[in-house]
Amino acid sequence: MSLELTKTVQKVVDGLSSEFSEDLIEVYNSSGHTYVRVESENIKEILSYLKKQHHFIFLCDIIGTDRYTSDERFEVIYNIMNLRTQDRIFVKVRVNEENPVVNSITSIWTSAGWMEREAYDMFGIRFEGHPDLRRIFMPEDFEYFPLRKEFPLLGIPGSIELPNTTPDTE
Amino acid sequence: MNEINSKVQPQFFEKHQRGIYKSLEDKHTTIEEIDAEDPLNAKMVLNMGPQHPATHGVLRLILQLRGELIEKTKLDIGYLHRGVEKIAENKTYQEFMPYTDRMDYLSPYSNNVALCMAVEKLAEVEVPERAQYIRMICMELARISSHLLWLGTMVMDAGAISFFIWTFREREKIYDIFDEVAGHRFTVSHSRIGGVANDFTDQAVGRIKEFVTKFEKELKDWHGLLDRNRIFIERNADVGIVSTEDALDLGATGPVLRAAGYAVDQRIITPYLQYDKIDFEVPTRMEGDNLARYFVRMEEMDQSLKIIKQCFDKMPKGSIRTNNAKQAYPSKDEVYYSMEGMIHDFMMTDTGICPPAGKEVYHAVESPKGELGYYIQSDGTGHPWRLKVNAPSFRNLQVLENILDGEMVADTVVIIGGVDPVMGEADK
Repeated sequence: MSLELTKTVQKVVDGLSSEFSEDLIEVYNSSGHTYVRVESENIKEILSYLKKQHHFIFLCDIIGTDRYTSDERFEVIYNIMNLRTQDRIFVKVRVNEENPVVNSITSIWTSAGWMEREAYDMFGIRFEGHPDLRRIFMPEDFEYFPLRKEFPLLGIPGSIELPNTTPDTE
Repeated sequence: MNEINSKVQPQFFEKHQRGIYKSLEDKHTTIEEIDAEDPLNAKMVLNMGPQHPATHGVLRLILQLRGELIEKTKLDIGYLHRGVEKIAENKTYQEFMPYTDRMDYLSPYSNNVALCMAVEKLAEVEVPERAQYIRMICMELARISSHLLWLGTMVMDAGAISFFIWTFREREKIYDIFDEVAGHRFTVSHSRIGGVANDFTDQAVGRIKEFVTKFEKELKDWHGLLDRNRIFIERNADVGIVSTEDALDLGATGPVLRAAGYAVDQRIITPYLQYDKIDFEVPTRMEGDNLARYFVRMEEMDQSLKIIKQCFDKMPKGSIRTNNAKQAYPSKDEVYYSMEGMIHDFMMTDTGICPPAGKEVYHAVESPKGELGYYIQSDGTGHPWRLKVNAPSFRNLQVLENILDGEMVADTVVIIGGVDPVMGEADK
């Protein structure tokens, strides 16, 4: 392997390829950070393995993206950090458009709660096992997922019911 | 239908409102018999905000009270959602930069620099050293400005009105400095991809140096007024406690995390700009309560002054923007007096910088509120394919939702002030 990895990240990659050899798809570097793509089924086990064995104890962010491709359209990226060696690693999973479901990691980090809600709100990726999966920015009555590529920049007229500004009239 | 939902009649967004009340009832559910005869024992659901003067913006809290005690809390955010991530996908990188001013509008400079640095990392643009020092000085000024607003409003929430006016007097001076530096007082938009818009003028340097000397004395006075002030301490000590484990588990960042005993500061752990050449400390406290957050932020202001002074000593002379017309805007002299300059300026405005396709980047800076990160995916055009903002206020608000449980309703306002959220950033 010709990838240049820091010591901790190399250990993580070695650990993952022995413990989760079936799930590991690819490892690559981009702009100084390491990205690890894995199968979506075991994401919960992989992240809890990284947290327990490799001290990646801090979840910084969960990023949803829309690749706009016919297979495995959505991608969820977990940005986790090792506070001992200050290494950051990005774990990616891909899900398809028909059934965008990922296992929730709220049982590993409570902070995943709002982050997963944001990904659900913006892309419609559902997180199985999330205790309170509601929209976070848009109201519950809104029917679309605004960060999907097909959603128009101008929005959809009439998609949000506006409050009545004159309370006495119907 | 559950108990609260059977009593409320939402006027709009019915599904949304009912969802919140249901989720409030579901939060760590316990069934207890309540004696409704005793008013101090009665259960009550209180909606605080979104238009409440103490919630610092359009934050809405739904509190379930039992007497004066908060049993459970749910937060409703999104009242200031403008969809900046969607907008970013339809703008060039430089065009999007002014939108970041409106994210954390209390420290616009940090936001500008965070975005520009992420794009620079993505497109491998070199930034001249002088520009890096200018960015650092302005970012530290922005930190002081943001902490001043927090200090004024937090002390006002705790009951002292006149203090607010003193901190605003100092903020006004910082605004005047930014006016001199960038030409804007509030939304500065001074950073550019590849450098900054213009160099410091002599007046600007004079004003910053004057501010740094005078503010040091002012800050000392404030320490004298508040550090051992009995009313202030009793209002803030042991209120809104976050333990170290909870802070990590709940994803706290910035002063909230450092007040809980974990010295995570992006300026130290992943040094950017020239922070590795500067000598400064990361204030950390162990208590995790509101008073600890107060001390952390106050000491951060001291450290910021120290950083600004060192920056002036180390700042070299030289250009303030990279001299490569494919990567950054050419200087205005070139644009007005040469044809090539004009063409390059037009190309930068029209297409902008095009990072290589398929590349991804994450860059985080330490904004006054905490770790502010930009994640960008490039598809090779002038627009980002996906831009995600990792907003510190969003993460700290999630902490707030969890620490309010079990506190007194009168302390809510102080705890919100201590967490210091900015809704422009949390709601994106």
